[in-house]
Amino acid sequence: MTRWRKALARVLLPLAVWLGLWQLLAMRVGLELLLPGPWQVLCRLVQLCPTAGFWRAALTTLGRVFLGGALGAAIGGLVAGASRWWAPVDWLCTPVMKIVRATPVASFILLIWLWCTAGWVPVVIAALMSAPVVWSATAQALDSVDPKLLEMARAYGMSKAKTWRLICLPWAAPAFGAGCRTALGLAWKAGVAAEVLCRPRWALGTQVYNAKLAMETADLFAWTAVVVCLSFGVEWALGGVWKRWDGKERRRRDGVA
Amino acid sequence: MELRDLTVRFGDKVVFDHRDFTVPDEGLTLLAGPSGVGKTTLLRALFDAYPGGSAFLFQENRLLPWRTAEQHLTDVMRPPDRGEAARWLELVELTGEERSYPAQLSGGMARRLALGRCLALPSVRLFLDEPFAGVDLPRQERILERILGLGKPVVMTGHSPELERWADRVLTL
Repeated sequence: MTRWRKALARVLLPLAVWLGLWQLLAMRVGLELLLPGPWQVLCRLVQLCPTAGFWRAALTTLGRVFLGGALGAAIGGLVAGASRWWAPVDWLCTPVMKIVRATPVASFILLIWLWCTAGWVPVVIAALMSAPVVWSATAQALDSVDPKLLEMARAYGMSKAKTWRLICLPWAAPAFGAGCRTALGLAWKAGVAAEVLCRPRWALGTQVYNAKLAMETADLFAWTAVVVCLSFGVEWALGGVWKRWDGKERRRRDGVA
Repeated sequence: MELRDLTVRFGDKVVFDHRDFTVPDEGLTLLAGPSGVGKTTLLRALFDAYPGGSAFLFQENRLLPWRTAEQHLTDVMRPPDRGEAARWLELVELTGEERSYPAQLSGGMARRLALGRCLALPSVRLFLDEPFAGVDLPRQERILERILGLGKPVVMTGHSPELERWADRVLTL
């Protein structure tokens, strides 16, 4: 079996199995209001796709989640770096990050909604959910820098800034990247949840809420499918960029031409 | 260089117990003896006692996988000088490997890169811990001759008996 066929079998076969099970379950339930079948959802999706509102909602949500995720990654990375650079930042920020990580997302959504307009809540929530993940991954990586390399830097008279630039940051970069990928998934979940609760004008979350309100279960599934597809798409695209960069780095480090 | 009443313990193991050492700050001093006798410990104690103007080559290479050979040298120079880096790479016979990463070098080449980086440090004396591990003997001798040509006092550890003939004195532990 060629590589292409293997990959196809790995994707299509499980997809067919699960869609088949879904169809069987929908037929067993026999009530579209409770559980529409995959074909009905697909038909609804095809109807929604050509409309301007669909694309506007999808792209706006994408922009919000991406902006929030990027902000969260930047904040998480910066706080991790600053807290390992200067201990008082660690004392000050670590409890905050831990509290943010432990607080239920719904509490944050309602709280932030008091302070921001509905359109900005998903951005802030995506950032708040991403930051602790990236912070935790990066801070742990910075804590695990090889002490022998740090000893070498000290013995060879490297300044703290130079030690960070040459040793600590390259050491932590792979963990930061992995943290960003995990955080992006969380940003999608939290961002869309915020949209469902706050219902900004153009948003996938608002569409999900409206579909639920009108008891259009097929629409609810269709909009959710769009969220899932966008999440996969972004993860795939970013994963590709990361793989390319990381692969180049690894080849270089491992001595493969 | 003198160390008086040196006591070093690792847990229960006593490496040196109130020992005195005197190492002339000139020529090549070879610290010899079987493994585990305390050669590295003594070398580090000397470096700790005389850190000013001393360059220390660690027993492990401690290279950075993400820096090229040339960058390893310029990273420790003040200011970085690529021409100077080329000179040190030539001394350790790594000319042509400027853009190579540590993983692309053999064990002996990586050791020579670590040695070259140590030599590139601004220093007046050298403490070298097993500088020629994995390096073939003719090359060891060529490089050692060049190092001695720098005119800096060198204290080094090593197992190779052939190196003893280059030493001004051998301190057997």
